[in-house]
Amino acid sequence: MTTRRHFLLLLPAAALSWEYLMAGTPEAAPNFSENEHWWGMLLDIDKCIGCGNCVRACSTENQVPEGYFRTWVERYHIEDWQQETPQVDSPDGGKNGFPPSTAVGGKNFFVPKLCNHCVDSPCTQVCPVGATFHTKDGVVLVDEKYCLGCRYCIQACPYGCRFLHPTKKTAEKCSLCYHRITKGLTTACAENCPTGARQLADLKNPADPIHEYLKTHSVQVLKPHLATGAKMFYHDLDGSVR
Amino acid sequence: MKYDLGPLGAAHKIRHADPHGVYVTKFKDAEHLIRLAAVVLLGFLLLLVLRSQYIPKSFGEFGFYRGAALAEISSKPINYAGHQACEVCHSEVLEIKKAGKHAGVNCEACHGPLAKHADDPSAETLKLPDTAVLCARCHEANLAKPKTFPQVVSADHSGGQVCKTCHLPHSPLLQPAPVLQSGGKK
Repeated sequence: MTTRRHFLLLLPAAALSWEYLMAGTPEAAPNFSENEHWWGMLLDIDKCIGCGNCVRACSTENQVPEGYFRTWVERYHIEDWQQETPQVDSPDGGKNGFPPSTAVGGKNFFVPKLCNHCVDSPCTQVCPVGATFHTKDGVVLVDEKYCLGCRYCIQACPYGCRFLHPTKKTAEKCSLCYHRITKGLTTACAENCPTGARQLADLKNPADPIHEYLKTHSVQVLKPHLATGAKMFYHDLDGSVR
Repeated sequence: MKYDLGPLGAAHKIRHADPHGVYVTKFKDAEHLIRLAAVVLLGFLLLLVLRSQYIPKSFGEFGFYRGAALAEISSKPINYAGHQACEVCHSEVLEIKKAGKHAGVNCEACHGPLAKHADDPSAETLKLPDTAVLCARCHEANLAKPKTFPQVVSADHSGGQVCKTCHLPHSPLLQPAPVLQSGGKK
């Protein structure tokens, strides 16, 4: 028969459990400097020469495994009116540049691609464990220690910007060089772009030239109909680019 | 007064006479319910303990993710020091570069990642890039390159000579000075 005494004996265990529980309770968020930034990037198709510097720099900076890319460059060729069926190639992600075009005539251009750091990112929405998340300064990151490797996010990203790390078996993607931009540096790709086709933009900084640029140039994001809130702004983006 | 309630009667209300002869209502075998409640309670406590053990302490600090991940990601080491770091010491190169066509080309775009060198110049010294390969990456003619970008078919343009024979890499419209042609300062 359970008595009041038995019940009292349970109390220390309950108190111990409560302490464990409370230890996991989050602390109040301190006032982070992330509140002062809102990162995006400007990509100027008019300036991209397909040299592959960005791809190499990204690989080196972030130890991207061979054959995988956090950023890559595509070459487009559109013969005439075939907007829906452009010929696209990206040998080794454009890492070592591009061989001379075999096509003659038509419209030819390079498109650098990377994670769009979407405001309403599909990849973050589907992560079952909270291993991918938005920072307050608008960067989508992956917590590699918490990622299960379920690949759901890789399927969800409409831009194909994610891959499963072959040895870590966790999701990988462009971090917008979060370890650099938080130190006041620009991203490795933007730092190494010889023509300035990539420029890191802080949309919360009123002194950032991005504001003047966005007011005076026609820009577009990739797949705007998906309403992902992409923050990679492309200047002079052709309608055939997906 | 007792009733035979059969095997299912255990939890039914039965009237008992107390010592004073007053009938009271009580559970027979109420212990079953208490045991069940104890099992549920223990299960709940176990859940709380396991939960606190398995969920990282910083989870939920800023949102539905592990708050400590932010610091872990931002504390990763850098490999490219950034042109600002280079320009502190190599101001003479900056002077040449900023007057020429390569003003916008940052140092490490050609010289490679040199964060270790920026931290400690003796730790890592840069190797001079092979200009025949380096220059061609950008300037080899390709139909997809912007029309305004200077491009050459290197075989026709130089006849096999390396680019820096005629062009100063830091300011390509200038002729290379002998000191820089020999590799600059060590």
